[in-house]
Amino acid sequence: MKYSLSSLVAQTLNGHKHWKRVLADAKPREKYDAIIVGGGGHGLATAYYLARKFGMANVAVLEKGAVGLGNVGRNTTIVRSNYLLAENVAFYDHALRMWETLERDLNYNVMVSQRGVVNLYHTDPQRDAFARRGNTMRICGADAELLGLERVRKLLPFLDFDNARFPILGGLVQKRGGTVRHDAVAWGYARAASDLGVDVVQNCEVTGFEISGGTATGVLTTRGTIRAPRIGLCVAGSSSILAQMAGFRLPVESHVLQAFVTEAVKPLIPNVITFGAGHFYVSQSDKGGLVFGGDLEGYNSYAQRGGLNGLADVVESGMAIMPMIGRLRLLRSWGGTVDMSMDGSPIMDRAPVAGIYVNAGWCYGGFKATPAAGLSFAHLVARDMPHEIAAPFSLDRFATGHVLDEKGQGAQPNLH
Amino acid sequence: MRLKCPYCGDRNVGEFTSFGEQPALRPDGANGDDQSRFVDYVYMRDNRAGPNRELWYHGQGCRQWLRVLRDTKTHEFLTIELARRGDQNDR
Ligand SMILES: Cc1cc2nc3c(=O)[nH]c(=O)nc-3n(C[C@H](O)[C@H](O)[C@H](O)COP(=O)(O)OP(=O)(O)OC[C@H]3O[C@@H](n4cnc5c(N)ncnc54)[C@H](O)[C@@H]3O)c2cc1C
Ligand SMILES: [Zn+2]
Repeated sequence: MKYSLSSLVAQTLNGHKHWKRVLADAKPREKYDAIIVGGGGHGLATAYYLARKFGMANVAVLEKGAVGLGNVGRNTTIVRSNYLLAENVAFYDHALRMWETLERDLNYNVMVSQRGVVNLYHTDPQRDAFARRGNTMRICGADAELLGLERVRKLLPFLDFDNARFPILGGLVQKRGGTVRHDAVAWGYARAASDLGVDVVQNCEVTGFEISGGTATGVLTTRGTIRAPRIGLCVAGSSSILAQMAGFRLPVESHVLQAFVTEAVKPLIPNVITFGAGHFYVSQSDKGGLVFGGDLEGYNSYAQRGGLNGLADVVESGMAIMPMIGRLRLLRSWGGTVDMSMDGSPIMDRAPVAGIYVNAGWCYGGFKATPAAGLSFAHLVARDMPHEIAAPFSLDRFATGHVLDEKGQGAQPNLH
Repeated sequence: MRLKCPYCGDRNVGEFTSFGEQPALRPDGANGDDQSRFVDYVYMRDNRAGPNRELWYHGQGCRQWLRVLRDTKTHEFLTIELARRGDQNDR
């Protein structure tokens, strides 16, 4: 069913009784041309582009739980391309351009809101570093503008500009950045892929691989063995578990990242704000709650929940830039298991076992990548060749020295 | 979350820094160890779900390195002892 103004009017006149089920409840078949493991944003987008752009619709997405309950439904919804390394800016700006037209493409409202992302700077050297970042972004075709103190004051008058330790001196703004309704992205891709003939199979956990003569030929699941000559892994925080089942290791550690939402207040924060002297970022949802987060908890975890130390840390940073946040009550907090790579950049490549392709290491920034990750991973799975925008994300870069160390801090999985 | 340091007793986990999973012994280039072993040592991880052999540092206490077995699915510390020279991951 195509969504449009006329379908809305027609359904309204019918008392909304005839909306069709959005996603078919697919049962797994025994054989496909390709299997995508993981029904998060990346897995569903990959399946959609396989069918849409590469003529492969005989595809299954196998999801151990329900679609959208992983990180795609747990993130803080921020999209941007304000990176420093040219390879990363180019990739994420490709994604940003795809977000700009995604709703028409999927015929689904994912609430893309280009409200702007402002990174605050607090020292002179930090202003210089931000100017450099802004210049890199502009050279790579993304938008960036360095704002002085007066312009930030006008834009965000409620910030604590004269904080004794972390005075705010200005900010770098990317106006095309913003937020996207995260679970709508999962539903939109799932519906569009399913409409093109992809089997989106929920409650189907992959528990092992069928490997013969060094080549993977299928997966063992809680709903039987399913075979395909190409198997793509999009399991985010569970990447190492799947790799271990197939007998290889990844340069990835799983960590927990928390996020928080407050009670709803009237419109306050017009864009996304990040604190430059600690790790804190905040935006306001359309319902009115302030959505914010910060650093990883600091230890390896698969638990999908964090602790009070992480909460205290995030809230202290928040108080340092906008003390008024202390008047709000927290409604909810939650955690997601993020796949932290050893240089802070993603991995998209053939696995050491033939027949398997890996899409992993998205750290805590893979939501904004979703359309471009899906497109380029579909390219890799369909053609057995990396898409040019994702070619730098090779698995062997750690051995050859071509790491993409966005923050310049060496082999550290928990600092990016 | 609390961690029971063998020296300092029961403390808030915020006093400690996690190094992550305990690596194998560092390869020795002078001894002719292959470069691929360094790549493995520096970048590759088991990243276990479940009991994980890890190193933690009590920076805001006795400044000792601790060798722990911790369940990454529940965050529970299963065993905690002082780390000793020559310890390595018993995987
Ligand atoms: C708190 C938090 C805030 C974040 N904020 C942002 C942000 O503001 N901007 C941004 O760009 N990114 C953000 N991220 C990161 C982003 O959410 C992830 O990088 C991205 O969602 C990962 O891709 P995915 O959507 O495919 O992952 P997921 O949705 O986690 O998909 C992986 C799926 O694989 C399934 N799976 C795992 N094992 C198996 C198995 N054995 N068999 C079958 N299925 C399996 C899981 O159930 C899951 O549904 C944030 C993450 C967190 C946790
Ligand atoms: Zn101690």
